[in-house]
Amino acid sequence: MLSRVAEQSAGRTAEAAPLAEAGNVAVRLDGVSRSFGEITALRKACLDIRRGELMTLLGPSGCGKTTLLNLVAGFLMPDTGEIVIDGERVNQLPTYRREIGMMFQSYALFPHMTVAANVGYGLRMRGVANAEIARRVADTLALVKLTGSEERRPRQLSGGQQQRVALARALVIRPKVLLLDEPFSALDRNLRASMQIEVKEIQRKLGVTAILVTHDQSEALSLSDRMAVMSEGGIRQVGTPDEIYRRPNDRFVAAFVGDASVIPARLDHVSEMTSTVVVGAARVCVPTRLLEGLAPNALVDLFVRPEQLAVADEAQPVAVEGIVVAQVYQGGHVDIHIDAAGAAPARLLIRLPGHQAMMRWSVGSRIGVAITTAEAVAFPRQAR
Amino acid sequence: MPRSPFQRLLAVVGTIAVLTILGFLVLPAIVVMLAAFNGKAILSFPPETWSWRWFAKALAYDDFRAGFRNGLIVTAWASSIALVVGAAFAFALDRYQFRLKHALETILLSPLVVPHFTVGLGFLILAAQVGWARSFTVVVACHVILVLPFVLRSVYVSLRNLDQRLELAAASLGAPPYRVLITVTLPLLLPGLVSGWLFAAILSFNEFTASLFVTAQRTQTLPVAMYNYVREYADPSMAAVSVMYIVATATLLTFANAYLGLGKVLNVEQGR
Repeated sequence: MLSRVAEQSAGRTAEAAPLAEAGNVAVRLDGVSRSFGEITALRKACLDIRRGELMTLLGPSGCGKTTLLNLVAGFLMPDTGEIVIDGERVNQLPTYRREIGMMFQSYALFPHMTVAANVGYGLRMRGVANAEIARRVADTLALVKLTGSEERRPRQLSGGQQQRVALARALVIRPKVLLLDEPFSALDRNLRASMQIEVKEIQRKLGVTAILVTHDQSEALSLSDRMAVMSEGGIRQVGTPDEIYRRPNDRFVAAFVGDASVIPARLDHVSEMTSTVVVGAARVCVPTRLLEGLAPNALVDLFVRPEQLAVADEAQPVAVEGIVVAQVYQGGHVDIHIDAAGAAPARLLIRLPGHQAMMRWSVGSRIGVAITTAEAVAFPRQAR
Repeated sequence: MPRSPFQRLLAVVGTIAVLTILGFLVLPAIVVMLAAFNGKAILSFPPETWSWRWFAKALAYDDFRAGFRNGLIVTAWASSIALVVGAAFAFALDRYQFRLKHALETILLSPLVVPHFTVGLGFLILAAQVGWARSFTVVVACHVILVLPFVLRSVYVSLRNLDQRLELAAASLGAPPYRVLITVTLPLLLPGLVSGWLFAAILSFNEFTASLFVTAQRTQTLPVAMYNYVREYADPSMAAVSVMYIVATATLLTFANAYLGLGKVLNVEQGR
């Protein structure tokens, strides 16, 4: 497992990407940078997107993810580096010759055209025969479950329907890569979840390569085949959602993806692959490579996921003690917020199955926190 | 909801104030309309007897007929040229960053603050220099300058309201720039272009001050012909022409509203 992680981190640089894989790569970014005046929006980004996979670019606003998408779309030109789509260098190729499909956050449907005309637009631009256009538009509308809405106007449709039209319009041209720019952010919660599943299903069924931009980490975790976590114009880590969640490469990734409690701990034993940290009476294994060569007894920050914490019973070693400040019942699970002043700088979060615990530890009661995982990640202590 | 006497008083006073202001706004038009139907040959109000004869006289009067025809020629050319020029400048101002952009904007909108007679006088002097004083060219050129700010504004506002992601979407679907322009940009700008043209046309057709300077007997437009008429006669045929003006403009706007929607013509953007 650890060797795979190491390989993953090495894969971040383009030189290390094996050339034999080239035929399997749909989109390749090689050292791509782009600045706007003084601000560097994207710094030497290297990323391979494999054929048929859904790659998510995840990061806070201003991290460069939208810039990266716009560079692939050709709405922006890179200052340096190479962008390759389907084996062809596209740096100088204008958007309209890149054979991409793009779905915008605002959907950007043409308000003066019917649904059928919107979906058929890309085919008309390609000079496809009318009968063929009609057939493919009908097929694609069936795919997104909008058959019968051909003659309606975008403004007569609901948000979810507009999104289906936007998806159909981008897919009907059989793009080399489908670009999705925060596609679900305008939808309400329930609709969002069902659209996410549907889009993912369609993408998988058609086998189309897709790049999705989002700032929503749960969206990224649930939809991606692989994801790239970005911050401040750089790609911090690329990997499957599980790798990113369980094996974050740095503090930023650990804190940004998923919930994490930070617990100060002491490094106890260091070996080549795995080291041990001690926090209170608890011992946890962490990967050595993230410790940047720290010696035993050095102070570290241990990052623990909420489901890796529990309220300690008599048999379990207590890592830290704290006071319950809130219980947030979520149906399936319950979140317990712990104030462990002195032991940890920020509140700790414990996530327990919902049937446990509503009443057992009331707000204000003092509890011990146990760590239920043998493996977590730790990083050198950060000055505060 | 129970209301206090004070609130009721306020509502009554408010209603009266609004009605007074509205009445004041339409008062001149009503006076002129009534005067046009006066049976007697004087511009008086209110009329004592009623007649259509001033309409017949106005329609038959040669100077009015020529002025109407000249006005149409000048208006058609001036507003169409202003539309093309104004739209081009509006595009440049909206889409590109360049040096002296602010200065260009100021110059383009300057006819709004320069008095019309100044523009007219300037053109008269220039036209006399090059010997064009009696031509339509100078009248059209003068009108283009005067209506340009309105066309520019209208198109500029439409461009601002145009979601540029629609153009990006078209490009992503394989449309080269000229096809984006034809299939997406222009159709979506159409209401702005039409309203800009319409606004320019109405202004140009009604323009008097500058026209007085730059028109000759052969090229005088309807307002100038009316002015020349009223200097010599004071019968209600003036009022009759005014009524026809109002009816024509109202009809034009009604058609524009029916086909484009008044909201669009007035550039009121509906929420997306």
